Amino acid sequence: MTNRRRPVSTRWIVYLVLVLGALFFLLPVYLVVVTAFKAPADIRLATAWHLPETWHPQSFVIAWEAFAPKLRNSMVLAVSATAIAAVLGSLNGYVLSKWRFRGANVIFPLMLFGMFIPYQAILIPLFGFLRDIGLYGTLQGLVLTHVVYGLPITTLIFRNFYAEIPDEMLEAGKIDGAGFFGLYWWIVFPLSVSGFVVVVIWQFTQIWNEFLFAVTLTRSATEPITVALAQLAGGEAVRWNLPMAGAILAALPTLIIYVVLGRYFIRGLLAGSVKG
Amino acid sequence: MRRLTRDRLTAILMLSPSLILLAIFVYGFIGQTLYVSLTNWGRDPAQALALQPRLEFVWFENYARLFSGVLESRFRQDLVNLFFFTTFFIAGSLGLGLVFAIALDRDVKGEGFFRTVFLFPFALSFIVTGTVWRWMLQPQGGLNVLPTLVGLPRGDFAWLTSRERIWTFDWRSLPDITAVVIAAVLVLLTVMAWREGRRGRAATLAAAAALLSAWVATGAPGIELLPFPEGRGFNLALVGIIIAAIWQMSGYTMALYLASLRGVPEELRESARIDGGSELQVYRYVVFPLLGPITLSAMIILGHVSLKIFDLIFAMTGPDLATTSVPALLMYIRAFRANQFADGAAIAMVLLLMVATVIIPYLVTSLRGEVRR
Repeated sequence: MTNRRRPVSTRWIVYLVLVLGALFFLLPVYLVVVTAFKAPADIRLATAWHLPETWHPQSFVIAWEAFAPKLRNSMVLAVSATAIAAVLGSLNGYVLSKWRFRGANVIFPLMLFGMFIPYQAILIPLFGFLRDIGLYGTLQGLVLTHVVYGLPITTLIFRNFYAEIPDEMLEAGKIDGAGFFGLYWWIVFPLSVSGFVVVVIWQFTQIWNEFLFAVTLTRSATEPITVALAQLAGGEAVRWNLPMAGAILAALPTLIIYVVLGRYFIRGLLAGSVKG
Repeated sequence: MRRLTRDRLTAILMLSPSLILLAIFVYGFIGQTLYVSLTNWGRDPAQALALQPRLEFVWFENYARLFSGVLESRFRQDLVNLFFFTTFFIAGSLGLGLVFAIALDRDVKGEGFFRTVFLFPFALSFIVTGTVWRWMLQPQGGLNVLPTLVGLPRGDFAWLTSRERIWTFDWRSLPDITAVVIAAVLVLLTVMAWREGRRGRAATLAAAAALLSAWVATGAPGIELLPFPEGRGFNLALVGIIIAAIWQMSGYTMALYLASLRGVPEELRESARIDGGSELQVYRYVVFPLLGPITLSAMIILGHVSLKIFDLIFAMTGPDLATTSVPALLMYIRAFRANQFADGAAIAMVLLLMVATVIIPYLVTSLRGEVRR
C-alpha cells in the first residue's frame, strides 16, 4: 500500500517534463515573433532573443503585399481541391461501406496505396500529362492533382465513418422505396456532418502545406504560399524580419483551424494516421 | 430485385471515376516512370526537352550508375544521409512522444494547454518549420546564443553548415555490413525458433546464417561496388534538420500514444498496484506491452514520412547542399533542374521500392485484421 504514495512524490518530475516540453515547442515561436517585429537594422544575431527595441509592424505590411496573391492562390487551391475530394470521397466511402461488391477487398488497398507513394514516382509523367492537356502551370492543374491524390484518404475516412451507421437504417430506407441516391441523400448525408468537418480540416491543412507539387507544377503567377515563402527565405543574406513575418502569415490559416477545431483535427489524425 | 441490381450498378458507376483516375494517376504513372528509368532520357541535352524525345533503352544502366558509378557519388551520400536521418528522427519522435503522453496521462493540471502546445507544429507546413529552424540554427545566433541569456558560454556548433562526419565507413563494405546485419537477425531467429522447439526451422536458419558469415569471412566475393574506397558516414549537419523534424512530428506520436494510453483500462493498472507493483513496474509489465501495436503503426507512418522528406531540407539548407541532401531532393534536382529525367526516374523508383517494402505489409495486415474483426 505504501506504493500508492509514490506517484505524489514524483509529481514534480511530471510537471518538469511538461514545462521543458512546452519550452522546446514554444521557443521557436517566441523567436519568430520578436524577429518579425524588429526593424531590419535591429536584427543582430547576438541579440536575437531580445525583445524589439521599437516594435516595427511594417514587415507584415511588406510581407502581406508580396504574399497576398500567393495566399489567394493557396486559398483557391485548398478550398476547391478539398471540396471536390470530400464530395467524391463521401460517395466512395458510401459505396465501399454500404454497397460492398466482389473485388472491393482488392480494390480498396490498391486505392489506399496511392496516398503513401512518394510522389516523386509519378511526378515526371504527371508533369508531361498536365503539359499535354494544357494545364501545366495553372491552378486548375494543381487542383486536379490534389483532388486525385486526396481521394484515398477522403475515401478511407468516410468509409470508416459510414461503417458506424447501422445497416438496418438503410434497410428501412430501402423498404420505403429509396434507391442509391435516396438512401445517400436522406439517411447517410445528414449523418455525415462531423465526417465532413474532419475530412475538410484534414485535406485543407494538407493541401495548404504541400510543397512538392506546388514547386514543380506551377509558374510564378500561380504558385502557392509555400513556394513563395521558400523562395523568400532561401536567398543568401536575407533580412530575417521578412521571412519570419511571411512564415507567420503562411502558418496562420492552419493554426487557427487547429486551435479552434482541434478536436476534429485530432480525429482526422487518428482516423487517417497519415501525414501524406 | 431488379431495383436492387440497378442500385448496385449505380454504386459501381459512382465509384468508377475515382478508380479510373487513381488507376491512371497512380499505377499508370508509376509504370511510365519505370519505363523512363530504363531509358537514356536526358543523357543527350538536345533530346531532353524535345516534345517527342527519341529514347533508347539502356535497361538497368541508370540504377547501376547510382549505386556504383564512379562519378555519381551524390546518390550514395544521400542514401546514407537518409538512413541516419530516418533512424534518429523515428527514435526521437517515438521517445519524446511517449514521454509527453505518459506525463499528460497522469492527471495533470492544464492538460489541454500542454496538449495543444505539443501538437501545434503538426499543423504547420515543413516549409514554415524549416524557415523558422533555419533562423534558430544560425551559427552566430539562435540556439547557440540562448545559453548566454542565463550567463552560460555561447554554443559554437555550426549546425547546418558543419562539415564534420562521424561513424565513417567505406561504401565498398556495404555488402559485408548488410550481410552481417542479416546474419545477426538470422541468428536471433534461430534462437527464437530453438526455444519454441521448432528444431527443423532452427537448423535451416542457422545454416543460412553460417553461409552468409562464410561469404563475408572470405572477403565477400562476387560484388565489387567501386574500384576505390569511398568514405561515407553521418554528417553532423543533419543534426539540426533531425531536431526540426522531431519538433514537428513528436506531437503526432504523442497524440497516438495518448489515445492508446487512454484505452488501457484503469482496472488493469489498479490490480497490478494491488499486487504490489510499483508505478514503474505497472508501466513495464502492464502498460508498455499494450503499446506495441501503436508503436509499430507510428514507426511505419513516420518511416514513410521520413523516406519522402523533401520540403523540410529544401527550406533549411536549400536544394544544393550535398551534406544534408536526401534522394527525394536529388530526384527533384535531377529531373526538374537538370532535365535528366531518366536519372530522376531511377531515383524515384528506388524511393518507391523502399516505401513499398514498409507500407505494403502494413496495408495488408491492417486490412486483413479488419476483415477478421
